[in-house]
Amino acid sequence: MAGLSFDLIALQLFAGLALGAIYVLFAIGLSLIFGMLTVVNFAHGAFYMVGAYVGLYLISIGGNFWTCLIAVPIVIGLFGLAVERVLIRPLYGRGIDYPLLLTFGLSYVMVECVRIAFGKTGYPFDTPEVLQGAVDIGVGYFPLYRLFVIGATAVVLLALWLFLEKTSFGLIIRAGARDPQIVRVLGVDVSRVWLIVFGIGTAIAGFAGLLAAPLQGVIPEMGGTILAEAFVVTVVGGMGSIGGAVLAGLLVGVVVSMTSLFAPEMAKVSIFALMAIVLIVRPQGFFGRAGLMS
Amino acid sequence: MTDATESIKEPHTTTVSWYEFATRHRASIAAAVILVFPLLMPFTALAVNILIYGLYALGFNLVFGYLGLLSFGHAALFGTGAYLCGIAIVHLGWPWYAAIAAGVAGGLLMALVIGVLAIRTRGIYFAMVTMALSQCVYYLFYQAVDLTGGENGLRGINVRTIDLFGLRIDFINPMIRYYVIAAFVIAAFFVMSRILASPFGAVIEAVRENEMRARASGYDVTLTRLLTFVLSGGFCGLAGALQALHLSIVPIEILHYETSGLVVMIALLGGMGTFFGPMIGAAVFLVLENIVSVWTVHWQLIVGAIFIACVLFFPAGIWGTLIARGKR
Repeated sequence: MAGLSFDLIALQLFAGLALGAIYVLFAIGLSLIFGMLTVVNFAHGAFYMVGAYVGLYLISIGGNFWTCLIAVPIVIGLFGLAVERVLIRPLYGRGIDYPLLLTFGLSYVMVECVRIAFGKTGYPFDTPEVLQGAVDIGVGYFPLYRLFVIGATAVVLLALWLFLEKTSFGLIIRAGARDPQIVRVLGVDVSRVWLIVFGIGTAIAGFAGLLAAPLQGVIPEMGGTILAEAFVVTVVGGMGSIGGAVLAGLLVGVVVSMTSLFAPEMAKVSIFALMAIVLIVRPQGFFGRAGLMS
Repeated sequence: MTDATESIKEPHTTTVSWYEFATRHRASIAAAVILVFPLLMPFTALAVNILIYGLYALGFNLVFGYLGLLSFGHAALFGTGAYLCGIAIVHLGWPWYAAIAAGVAGGLLMALVIGVLAIRTRGIYFAMVTMALSQCVYYLFYQAVDLTGGENGLRGINVRTIDLFGLRIDFINPMIRYYVIAAFVIAAFFVMSRILASPFGAVIEAVRENEMRARASGYDVTLTRLLTFVLSGGFCGLAGALQALHLSIVPIEILHYETSGLVVMIALLGGMGTFFGPMIGAAVFLVLENIVSVWTVHWQLIVGAIFIACVLFFPAGIWGTLIARGKR
């Protein structure tokens, strides 16, 4: 272990944070939708994947990465609105499993449609020129793009926090997550709130897919893997808790990154081990309320 | 999700409806259908596939339909059964019947490990935790290249003949292979029917219908759930073992989460919580796949669309809908 200096570990920690940032974005969308609608969106990975492909398409017709950062969440968010309105809304009140099953079927359709449109093989996704290269962050050189991912995630989190905590609509969302029936009694159109929350959640998923694209390239199956890992994040953080999703997302990113430094073959398995430990010690997750899931 | 249950017995009436008859003799009927089934299929390999996936769905349905827990990790149980059966033959040189027993034991054991962790969570969590844990199993088997062949799958499960009480049976002949596998599947149907008809079967459904009341009646809800999940693992392990013998190879995709999703689709299509639903679902699903694959490679698009339509308009499934008619 002579080659493992403090700097190397610190750099790997930062790499873990960048990876974790993608998990965080993915998981807060999942958590937001669950906390509000009690729908586990199994198509969340598909929205993430379509986000990356929409970015790929926009760049191929002459757009640049910066317009994509705006356009992709809007496109995916609108698509999410349509999905909620047409497919998920008829299932409210029919049991918690049905929306889950429906979104699972939807993910098949979305993945296959992307395969038809773009082919089965993946594409590389160029890092925007301004963000290529590396910068010195004190402990060594770190890829600029990964730093940008961490920054962009922080901006999205801040915006989401301001929206939820400081606007009147955010107040309704928080109230609706706690007790939709009382909110309805107070004269708020809850179904409209649910529609918008689903749109926001999927928009963030699309944004995460776009951010992840330059790191890993795009393939139609990219959503499936991250979905299982995001479930780990939500279990560890506590389902429906946004703070929990942030903390657990970063933790999972760091755990993956650290195990790939010390025991690369265990990197994929390590996060599931983390989940197993959390399930044994604290089944409701870091910030989950006990009994919420019953 | 509980509207279509066969074992809720109606009070006896003078006229016995076909539905009551079918419930009373369900395992025998299943056996009879399975025996003539390959004659109805265009080729025997398809019939064998339907048997194996039907058995896999039968085991899954015990948890999904009767216990009321949605598991998205059954690929781990099916896949472990297949891998242990394959490993027993390829690496240990065990005879075929011992290998099948190893597969069943593998399914039971894996279900115990996943069950102990996942049963700690309830409701919607269960689907997520089982899916994540089965993904973990996928990576573990993927990494253990020496034992499982990793990405290439486990090859060389060549069972050409099987010895049965001094008889040498040609396992290569598709018809004979079908009936050998059918013998196991029919046995599984009888065992499943017995479990569901037993007092324990009633407790399983009581837990699904009303957890609080079941607990108040003195039943250990957590233990019931765990035991049911483990039993389900045994059925799925058997299905996996038969799959390994049938394919002569265990592909790593058997542990992929799409294999978990497949069984959810089959069970829902056939009718969850019904005795014949899983087998009917498997037959319709695989026959449809065979027909559709002829004219398009985008089978998954059709699968997804059918599944969405099922969830929206047809949640009781094929057999569940027929039962609802028969009860009237």
